[in-house]
Amino acid sequence: MEFINPDVVDLSRFQFALTALYHFMFVPLTLGLTFMLAAMETVYVVTGRQIYKDMAQFWGKLFGINFAIGVATGITMEFEFGTNWSMYSHFFGDMFGTPLAIEGLMAFFMESTFVGLMFFGWDRLSKQAHLAITYLVALGSNLSALWILIANAGMNMPEGAHFDPETMRMQFESFVNLVFNPDAQAKFVHTSVAGYVSAAMFVMGISAFYLLRGQHRQFAARSFRMAALFGIISTVAVITLGDVLGRLDYEKQPTKIAAIEGLWHTSNPPFEPWIVAALPDDARQENHYEIGVPLVLTPLITHTFDQPITGMHELEEAAGPRIRSGIDAVAALRRYGVTHSSTDLAQFTAHEQDMGYGLLATRHAPGQDVTAIPADQIDDVVRATQPDILPNVFVTFWSFRLMVFLSLWFFALFAISAYLSLKRRLERSRLLLKLCMWSIPLPILATEFGWITAEAGRQPWTVFGWLPTFLSASSHGVSYMVFSLIGFVLLYSVFIAAELYLMFKFARLGPEHDSMEPHAPATPQASAFDMRPMAS
Amino acid sequence: MELYAILKIVWAAVLGVLFIGLGTMVGMDMGVGTLLRFVGRNDGERRTALNIIGPHWDGNQVWFILGGGAIFAAFPTLYGTSFSAFYVVMITLLFSMILRPVAFEYRSKADSTLWRASWDWVFLVSGFVPMFIYGAAFGNVLEGVGYHFGWTGQYYQDESFLSYLLNPFAMLCGLMSVGLSIYQGGAMLMLRADDPIWSRARRYAMGGGLVAASLFVMGGIWVQFLPGFVMTAPVNPAMPANPLHGQSVAMVAGGWMHNFHAHPALWLLPLGGLGCMLAGVAMLAAGRTVAGWWLGLGAWAGTITTVGCAMFPFLMPSSTVPDQSLTVWNSTASEYGLGCMLVVAGIFVPIILSYTSWCYYVMRGKVHTADVVNDTHSY
Repeated sequence: MEFINPDVVDLSRFQFALTALYHFMFVPLTLGLTFMLAAMETVYVVTGRQIYKDMAQFWGKLFGINFAIGVATGITMEFEFGTNWSMYSHFFGDMFGTPLAIEGLMAFFMESTFVGLMFFGWDRLSKQAHLAITYLVALGSNLSALWILIANAGMNMPEGAHFDPETMRMQFESFVNLVFNPDAQAKFVHTSVAGYVSAAMFVMGISAFYLLRGQHRQFAARSFRMAALFGIISTVAVITLGDVLGRLDYEKQPTKIAAIEGLWHTSNPPFEPWIVAALPDDARQENHYEIGVPLVLTPLITHTFDQPITGMHELEEAAGPRIRSGIDAVAALRRYGVTHSSTDLAQFTAHEQDMGYGLLATRHAPGQDVTAIPADQIDDVVRATQPDILPNVFVTFWSFRLMVFLSLWFFALFAISAYLSLKRRLERSRLLLKLCMWSIPLPILATEFGWITAEAGRQPWTVFGWLPTFLSASSHGVSYMVFSLIGFVLLYSVFIAAELYLMFKFARLGPEHDSMEPHAPATPQASAFDMRPMAS
Repeated sequence: MELYAILKIVWAAVLGVLFIGLGTMVGMDMGVGTLLRFVGRNDGERRTALNIIGPHWDGNQVWFILGGGAIFAAFPTLYGTSFSAFYVVMITLLFSMILRPVAFEYRSKADSTLWRASWDWVFLVSGFVPMFIYGAAFGNVLEGVGYHFGWTGQYYQDESFLSYLLNPFAMLCGLMSVGLSIYQGGAMLMLRADDPIWSRARRYAMGGGLVAASLFVMGGIWVQFLPGFVMTAPVNPAMPANPLHGQSVAMVAGGWMHNFHAHPALWLLPLGGLGCMLAGVAMLAAGRTVAGWWLGLGAWAGTITTVGCAMFPFLMPSSTVPDQSLTVWNSTASEYGLGCMLVVAGIFVPIILSYTSWCYYVMRGKVHTADVVNDTHSY
């Protein structure tokens, strides 16, 4: 009998989180910058003004520096499902592999093939053809995100597959349910638009840097205004879709929403407060130092004034019978694998929906064998398993709040920036310009917190309700994990150092041509921000 | 034959096509990477070589991603098992591979000699190591891999990674793969570069082709004596995809030759592959680079189909519990999944092939060192 080594599971999770969070430092910029490049180039093709081509080429260069690491670290993500999550790949790969392969066929191939032409084809293609290529790169990168999030939605809300005792895995049964999983649709828009926010902040922040130093002012002011408008629209969309996702979690992932809101006991509509800040204590199952706003939680989550939200204590109680039934399911399944008798199959089918909860009990069963728990110990095993259905509340609660607080900051910053930029009063607002510059990394941080909220909140499952995370990992030795982790840390550190070096180098250099203002005055007080002479 | 069995065979064939595409296209770029420090003696020449594949490497690399994605979607159990069984090797492959996109994008963006020289070494490593591992993996699979499954389908490893690395047969296969990649990379450099890169590339490409051809012959002889895997009882090709039961497998010396004995026409595959390698070398010697490039594709096709037909229906046999060997019959996706993916692939593969060809057409013609050095957008 082989035992699960919890250290290997934790190291595998740590490695996946590390590489996913790292990968997602670069992806949001790719998603958003491609569309901003396309927008700039569109203006160039329509108006024929050189400055917009300069903009597309300059931001395109920074895009390229970022894109390379996004591509490289994306390969890691695909590999890891096989190298570290073999049981997950076996159990869920029939459905999960499909969107990943389609991502390659439909999106990644297109993006990667045309990105070469985008960089190298300026002199070989007509203006219109090059513009079309840029749009195809933008489309490709965003379609790529679509298919990845469809795959991710399958983990969070498995729809379109059923468990098959013959193959011992989830069998793919409906492409339509896979693609039109409501979680996938909402998460795609939420995530890709979060990428647009990141790109808008990136362009706005670097433009603010030029404006503060009085360099490349026509160029920077135009880029700034475009980014601020792009950013305010995107931020509103991010927040709206975030609200849709919260409502979906309320319906399909009650443990996630309860952890996000730090709700230990079922809510009392409509008065239940929304907790702004608290210190959730996972061990004692309560919050310390709660600060809440009354009346907000119920309408915020349920979009009604009278529906209760189930608390974590009540969810834990309700899981008891499911774990008990699940233990019967797993035992019947194992017998069926040997006997193939219809009696065992019937017993399994009767408890099938709870199978995942039975697997969850593995860690607490004597000898890690759910199928052979002595009758007098079943109650203890069930009781020991019940708290396992909850995610880590502290992490889920705070990553969600940090994401939300940051998005409110972006809303304010983009709104003020867009207003002042349109009023052409940016030059008097040096504090605002500095805030814009210092806010460049914040949207990326917010998307990282978003990922943590979604995936830490999904725990203890890799396939929600069906396959526990601790059973999904490959059965490696600790030394293998140490080897790969050391390698990732070293390699990724070199990457980020090289990336930041080049990013700062090229951002400081600024656009090459800068043909619009060869002798711009050096003082920021001059009225170089006024666009009207240009706009005629 | 049942539809499910047909779909399984079709996907095994698609997998073969992807392996051929991967070997040719990714192998070409990695061959250029391996050769970079040797065909280019100064910075301008090296940048010329890089910019020859500059517009295409990213698209080519998707063959690799797609190869992985196709195994995941069409053979999910094989995906998890093979990647985990070869963990240390796969992670090494990954580390060397992911350095490459960064090297392309970053190498020429700073002027320091140390910076550029370091990235040139990265190109050597990230070209040689992945192609070596790619070939060695085929060698390891031919020899069988030590693993078994628990009753839930959880995979367990029975063998140390060292036996995959320090393994003469696998090393032979790895070097053959490197030889073919140097051949393909050299042919591409000849297509797009002038002297002195052209004549250096020709020399290396011919050498690579000859090394590959001789190792292919040696490997062929070796396989005659290698323990192969054979089914000892009839299997139902349309069986539910589950490696836990339904098969009875034995290890027999020379077992990989059984399919060739049963169907002598299969000998055309290794002979065709060898013919392509030798004819390719002759074409490059005569300076007919376009023909040489396409013969490189033929060499990969001959090699991969030879291995595939020798092993069929095995994909990754288990040397410790042979009955649980992964085959075309027991490690695929469901009938629905295979059908779905076939429709999607049927739509997108022709589209991909057409726009990829168009990109090569747009970027056609020789790359000149002077243009590369003066262009601020080049690598």
